[in-house]
Amino acid sequence: MAFRAAVITFPGSNCDRDMAVAIEAVSGQPALRVWHGDADLPDNLDFIALPGGFSYGDYLRSGAMAAKSPILRAVVEAAGRGVPVLGVCNGFQVLTESGLLPGALMRNAGQTFVCRTVDLEVANTSSPFTTGFAQGEHIRIPVAHHDGNYFADQATLDALEGEGRVAFRYADNPNGSQRDIAGVLSANGRVLGMMPHPERAMEPAAHPSLGGADGRKLFENVVGALVAA
Amino acid sequence: MKVRILVRLKPGVLDPQGRAVHHSLDSLGFAGVEDVRIGRLIEMDVADGTSDETLTKMCEQLLANMVIEDFAIEKLDGQKEPA
Repeated sequence: MAFRAAVITFPGSNCDRDMAVAIEAVSGQPALRVWHGDADLPDNLDFIALPGGFSYGDYLRSGAMAAKSPILRAVVEAAGRGVPVLGVCNGFQVLTESGLLPGALMRNAGQTFVCRTVDLEVANTSSPFTTGFAQGEHIRIPVAHHDGNYFADQATLDALEGEGRVAFRYADNPNGSQRDIAGVLSANGRVLGMMPHPERAMEPAAHPSLGGADGRKLFENVVGALVAA
Repeated sequence: MKVRILVRLKPGVLDPQGRAVHHSLDSLGFAGVEDVRIGRLIEMDVADGTSDETLTKMCEQLLANMVIEDFAIEKLDGQKEPA
């Protein structure tokens, strides 16, 4: 089976290799690497990932510069055709700045950088990313961010909840996000932005505090959903 | 033409940074500080005659995040240019 995934690298991305390794581990196929200055994406992509990091040094606002880079026009166009797009951490910030997802990621309410494994509740099971999870299932995924405080106005939050577009919620909110939101989906469910790093939870560890494989399920969901489609 | 863009969090949007600075001012013994909110000042040198509409687009598309921020445009010279 063919699974063509692309990982976009911006200047300052630092989770792009981990993202590519995670995709390759699950799909068994090399993930294509795309540079931010490229104007075009490879043809016939099944999946696009925007990795974590500090694109453009977080100049102006986290994700703001990357959202205006040449490759993002191609990503927005691909998303419009229904190609699944995953943005993790800085990738989530890029997705909100580009308008592919609503809301914004603000400075953590506690002002500090938060780096730890958190408990997430799965709030949607109908998207390609979440289809293999059980509604209300708790998974453990690491976060590492300074600007993860999800904000949107009340009407937007109501709409997101009403349409089942909250993908994950924090069991113990680490950053002040509105309504404990850790990940949101686009209206068609094919764009997911999330602050926690599933690509850092790919293998069972000797002790739960050292990691886990809950992130792997998300990638298995994507690959499985696309192969089934 | 010199232009100053003042980008501020919208009223009602919590400003954790401003709150922390407020707390520090209190700690330093400055009494009577009611509130602190932190924004961003962007100074630009643009071609004379750059329209308000263009400046507004710059703010809406990049300089401010309209989900959480407001902006104000102040032209420092070139005021004789038609608005």
